[in-house]
Amino acid sequence: MKFKTFAWFVGPSIFLMLLFIAAPLISVFLQSFYVTQPVFESVEVETCTPGFLEQTCVTEIKTRPILDDAGQMVTQTSYVGLQSYRNVLEPARAWEALSNGNISSLLTIDFWKALRFTLTFTLVTLPLVIIVGLAIAVAVNNASKRIRGPVIFISLLPFIITPVIGALSIRWLFIGDGIMTAFLEWALMRDISMFAQGWTIELLMLFYRVWHVAPFAFVIFYAGLQTVNQDTLESAIIDGASRWERLKFVIIPHLMPLIIFISLIHLMDCYRAFEEIIGFSSQAHRISLQWLTYDLLTPDDSGNRSISRASASAMLTMVGIVILLIPLLRRTWRDHKGA
Amino acid sequence: MKLKSLALAGAVALLGTGAYADCAMTNTTTVKSLTAGFEAWKAVTDAMAECGMVEAELDQEFREKQPAAFAANPSLYHIGGVANGTLVPLLNQGTIRPLDDLVEKYGAQLTPNQLIRVDGQIMAVAMMVNVQHMMYRSDIFADLGIEAPTTYGDVLAAAEKIKAAGVVDYPLGGTFKTGWNLAQDFVNMYLGHGGEFFGDGNTPSINNENGVAALELMKSLTAYMDPEYLVSDSTYVQQQFQQGKIAMANLWASRAGAMNIAEESQVVDKVTMSIAPSPAEGMRPATTLWWDGIVIAKNISDEEAENAFKVAMEGMDSEMVQANNDAAVWLIPGFEPGPLAAGAAASAAAGAVPYPASSQMGLMHTALGNGISDFMTGAKDAATALADIEAAYLTAAKEAGLVE
Repeated sequence: MKFKTFAWFVGPSIFLMLLFIAAPLISVFLQSFYVTQPVFESVEVETCTPGFLEQTCVTEIKTRPILDDAGQMVTQTSYVGLQSYRNVLEPARAWEALSNGNISSLLTIDFWKALRFTLTFTLVTLPLVIIVGLAIAVAVNNASKRIRGPVIFISLLPFIITPVIGALSIRWLFIGDGIMTAFLEWALMRDISMFAQGWTIELLMLFYRVWHVAPFAFVIFYAGLQTVNQDTLESAIIDGASRWERLKFVIIPHLMPLIIFISLIHLMDCYRAFEEIIGFSSQAHRISLQWLTYDLLTPDDSGNRSISRASASAMLTMVGIVILLIPLLRRTWRDHKGA
Repeated sequence: MKLKSLALAGAVALLGTGAYADCAMTNTTTVKSLTAGFEAWKAVTDAMAECGMVEAELDQEFREKQPAAFAANPSLYHIGGVANGTLVPLLNQGTIRPLDDLVEKYGAQLTPNQLIRVDGQIMAVAMMVNVQHMMYRSDIFADLGIEAPTTYGDVLAAAEKIKAAGVVDYPLGGTFKTGWNLAQDFVNMYLGHGGEFFGDGNTPSINNENGVAALELMKSLTAYMDPEYLVSDSTYVQQQFQQGKIAMANLWASRAGAMNIAEESQVVDKVTMSIAPSPAEGMRPATTLWWDGIVIAKNISDEEAENAFKVAMEGMDSEMVQANNDAAVWLIPGFEPGPLAAGAAASAAAGAVPYPASSQMGLMHTALGNGISDFMTGAKDAATALADIEAAYLTAAKEAGLVE
């Protein structure tokens, strides 16, 4: 292909990627080093608010932002270096907890608590998604042609449901005296509160994520299974290989690039775990890194939001994803060069 | 199908004509409002809509878009619904207008109590107060011979008795959901103990014996609650009441009406409203007074503002209150305080303080909401939790420029 033609094809995507991915990324990166604050003044203000029968008026010193002539808030932006990162990571407290060998006090610091959960969540669901996805794919592949269509359709359903809705429906099954909790209480003859402690919520979240993502793995693996070399399989059968041996020595090596592909996608998605926190409202017990960024960005009643810390937290999340992906990317690169 | 849609169209048309008659003015320019979405706001915006050309947006997450929407020029909304806290960002940004001249012209029916004054200027017009107060099952209390509790000592004693009698799943309900709700409960308890949130220069001052006492008291209440209390918000507690699962709770006055909705409640006329308990004899009730009301945007023309204010006054008139008497504790003339308003009235009379809204209080509320659950789950003791909350507040306040 001529370079000019190539450029015409690729140009628009590169432009959009620069505009919608690179530019915001750079902006967030820069914002994490600066803090923009309104300029405040302290004034004595009398505020009168309704009581039930008559007003209560209080005079107090209020800190309020200065407005310029146009009625805009006067703000100042200053370079703070790594301060926002320090505010997120709290290295002094973390180090103190570590040097005392006190892991549980390390895990009361928001960032480290979120990192612990996010990593566990990502690394536990990864093998489960691959195993469950592969199992469904092999099962469907061996199912009789007549029922294959409906089975594929049903297996795909969890993946079609909007993530937050899926999380909410599982929450409603279990919260309070939800159907599932009532059933478990009846079956086990004991009182159960799934949302009263962290580990049960975490279990529900893990279950939800595997339930939601396994169909994606299934579709990819199922497509891969159609390309397995039948001759190799047949010769394996003639050599007396069992079902398990055929899976282990023929099918899985053939699917390896797909397994890596799914791992890549899954690691990226999972490290950004967010729907589960909102859906299961687990903030009291479990938070994720992405939720931390969201929480910093959400304005409170008085309209405050921590843009700088949120930017720092977002950059740290990105760094985390890159670190997780390095081994897989290196492997892909090696295979690519080898090929 | 055809018949059904015809009937529907007819009904809508009827509704339209009937409704327009109730508004004293004919509105000719578009008026947009952004308010919270609870029952009282529905009543007020419906009454405003009777004047025609009103686009009312009711959104429980309004606080996230209101500051930005009002800062736009022209403002995206004419009328805003605010409360103690959500007034602060609009005031800070200077995006709402003083209402003195409009009140003088069109607000003759307003009582002085309704006018929110900041530095002498009227910045908002309140329509209702809201306060968390005790609600209890009068039938259970009568059966067991328990008096209405006025202190948390009474509450714990009553809870013990109810637990022993085993008449409900859990004696107590609580709006203890991590985040805003849990922080609000701490604010109530801490102010009830007589605590102050800030020292000089907006520095935090909650790590003291009042703070520890407030936390310990909250923890002792949870022994009688549904163990899933950290996910239970106002709606959840309201439903627990309606389904007869709890016997008492310190719940929002705006939820009182729901106890008597026959379609969804099994406890109609069995829930009595009473004063918010104080932490101990001689202390003030552990609750805060909130108000809800309207503001008018600054970045609109004076004519639009005048028109919007007139429409808002139509929405907040006595007819609306008479039609929706039990939807809230109204401040508007024409309100007949019934038994449902008794708890709010008693709490206010006993010296409950207004919620101390300010920029720094917003940060403190967030820090409390994120930090208290570590104490509730047992990950930290009270003093450590409070120290960590103070540290989190300081970080946020320094970033916001409120603390040097």
